[in-house]
Amino acid sequence: MGWQRKVLRVDLTSGTAKSEPLNMDWAFDYLGERGLGTKYLMENMDPKADPLGPDNVLIFATGPLTGTMASTSGRYAVLCKGPLTGAIACSNSGGKFGAELKFAGYDLLLVHGRAPKPVYLHIVDDTVEILPAEEIWGTSVWNTEEWIKAHHENPLLKVAAIGEAGERGVRFACIVNDLHRAAGRSGVGAVMGSKNLKAVACHGTVGVRVDDPARFMAAARRGHELLAKSQSRQELTEYGTNAMIDLMQQFGGLPTRNFQEVQFEGTSKIDPAAMVAVKPNGHRNLLANKACFGCTIACGRIAHIDHEHFTVVNRKEYWHASGGIEYETAYAFGPVVGVDDLDALTFAGFLMNEHGMDPISFGATLAAAMELYERGIITKKDTDGIELKFGNAEALTVMAEKTGKYEGFGQVLGLGSKLMCEKYGHPEYSMTVKGQEFAGYDSRALQGMGLGYATSNRGACHLKHAVFAEDMEDQTGAGKAKPCKDSQDRIAMIDSTGLCLFTGEAGWGVEAFQEQIDAACEGDWPLERLLETGERIWNLERLFNLKAGLTAADDTLPKRLLEDPAPSGTAKGKVSELAKMLPEYYAYRGWTPKGVPTKETLARLGLGANA
Amino acid sequence: MQKALLIDPDKCTSCLQCEMACSFEHEGVFNPAKSRIKIFEFEHGRRSIPYTCTQCADAWCLQACPVTAITRNRETGAVEVNDNICVGCKVCTIACPFGTINYNQDTGKVIKCDLCGGDPQCAAACPTDAITYVNADWTGYARMQASAESGHGRPA
Repeated sequence: MGWQRKVLRVDLTSGTAKSEPLNMDWAFDYLGERGLGTKYLMENMDPKADPLGPDNVLIFATGPLTGTMASTSGRYAVLCKGPLTGAIACSNSGGKFGAELKFAGYDLLLVHGRAPKPVYLHIVDDTVEILPAEEIWGTSVWNTEEWIKAHHENPLLKVAAIGEAGERGVRFACIVNDLHRAAGRSGVGAVMGSKNLKAVACHGTVGVRVDDPARFMAAARRGHELLAKSQSRQELTEYGTNAMIDLMQQFGGLPTRNFQEVQFEGTSKIDPAAMVAVKPNGHRNLLANKACFGCTIACGRIAHIDHEHFTVVNRKEYWHASGGIEYETAYAFGPVVGVDDLDALTFAGFLMNEHGMDPISFGATLAAAMELYERGIITKKDTDGIELKFGNAEALTVMAEKTGKYEGFGQVLGLGSKLMCEKYGHPEYSMTVKGQEFAGYDSRALQGMGLGYATSNRGACHLKHAVFAEDMEDQTGAGKAKPCKDSQDRIAMIDSTGLCLFTGEAGWGVEAFQEQIDAACEGDWPLERLLETGERIWNLERLFNLKAGLTAADDTLPKRLLEDPAPSGTAKGKVSELAKMLPEYYAYRGWTPKGVPTKETLARLGLGANA
Repeated sequence: MQKALLIDPDKCTSCLQCEMACSFEHEGVFNPAKSRIKIFEFEHGRRSIPYTCTQCADAWCLQACPVTAITRNRETGAVEVNDNICVGCKVCTIACPFGTINYNQDTGKVIKCDLCGGDPQCAAACPTDAITYVNADWTGYARMQASAESGHGRPA
């Protein structure tokens, strides 16, 4: 087991919902979540389809270990073709929703077509309803969850929803579940909105079983113990991911003011120490740390905004606690836009979850807009009278709200930085790869990270590879191709199990995953099989992108990172060495110099039919 | 020595390992819907409170049961339901002021925490010691100690 062996297929055009058996051949070749979702995506849609049209397929995919006692068993993925990138979108989330879908008896939920009017899905085990969403369409994620639970008189429902941003096609709109967890990147929320699907509400009572319970529980307990003893896990528990901001500042890899610089003078005002400092009026930002389903790390932050702060002083509805800032939110609302006001960052973070937007892409898009403004390419006439200068905390929070509600200049920001910069005739100020904005690591200071950004199948992403240790030790591009490829394959496998990537950051080696998968799932799952599965998944994603029309020309970085040297820090004077790393990477991958998997590579991975 | 579950909500991260451990122990499946312990979240998860039966010495459910299906285990102090006798009338669920005994429509019986016969799996699974299993006479001890240590502002 592990798998429920059941897929729920919903066609919103015809208004039908039916379950079917999980294709076990595909499960054995692609495992679950990211891998299995990619296979289903490949087999159910034409990669050339319009991402915001009815032929895009939206998939919610759990892994075989989702909903088990393995630590961090709350993960699920949302897959489709991404409107931000035109490439495959595979967005990962935690919280409670994914486990609930599994408890209801499903491995995957497939959503086809487009509903004639706004609807939401209500799933309670075998009972699946497509219900009218008139009363919640046009309202926030938070209102939507509250309404659905009250309407069905069921507080046990778990809800994944979009806000107005997703409804109106903001290119980086996301899907928020459990109020402040998200399938954040690539605009999956806009795809859900284009289908007139407001929310998926789920309650499950079937439960999850594993193939060999005694062996599984022994492996799960060992996994728990490894995490409990781990120093890096303790740091994640205590500081969340924002501990990274001080490290990146010191190192000189912290993208600042739209990547014009790599260090930020305001870091100490928004770092983990600032989050626990008590202000003169007694206010402290951080309140607690919380976990996703099954997680024994609990890196999630719960915070609140100072009631006297300008953003909320007259808005009592924002005085409650909610999700606090993580590293990526800190980077995107801090250094990259030059803002050092912790309450402003926290408020903007609340707005992202309330309205359903990706903070990384929003912040980096705003940063590009600020550079356009400071260079005089756009003026107050364009920006609704707001002074869009770096460092303006009010600009950050006002624009976050406008974009969430799709008002005024928010409609322009909602295009994402690539289309926005093209609109104003200056594409060079958009810091993206394949249309998706960078995360908080500068490619000039971290060379392997740059290679990972350039080659990630979903556009610029910091999570699909792991060469951090290598990058910290050696700041050249030498020898980065192998660890980049190896980690990409390993992570593709981890992303397909239903468990969280952070276990690898917090003490687990691949053996920990292997033991638990092997005990939970039918069949034998030695390490080689799992790692090969990861490589197969990576190549299948690549094939989707090639069919969608992407080429090696898209495996690149913006001119700023290739030509403008880092002005300070340990990488002062350096640019990205992508040109040297990329050919080595393609060769190591078994791809042609044009970045296409060779027939031999495809045959070895069992992808020969897709050549 | 009788022991009791001690719940410290400030330590609860809402990971729900306890809910899975409970259902796994009693039903062999990971299924929070069948857990005897439930976590309640307030204010977007700022507070999460584990809640289950406190094994009342003079239990309402035991008194209410018309067929004497509910008895007290002398060793563990747990209030237990005998499935062979229980008829699923659910009067105990009305009697309990805490709501911690509930009907299971799959079996037609009521379910509640029974301390797993003296080795509560929720406590074993909890990663933060939000749930511990301690001497029933001294559930307040740790708090007394912390309070004494705090000195309440008096000079050291």
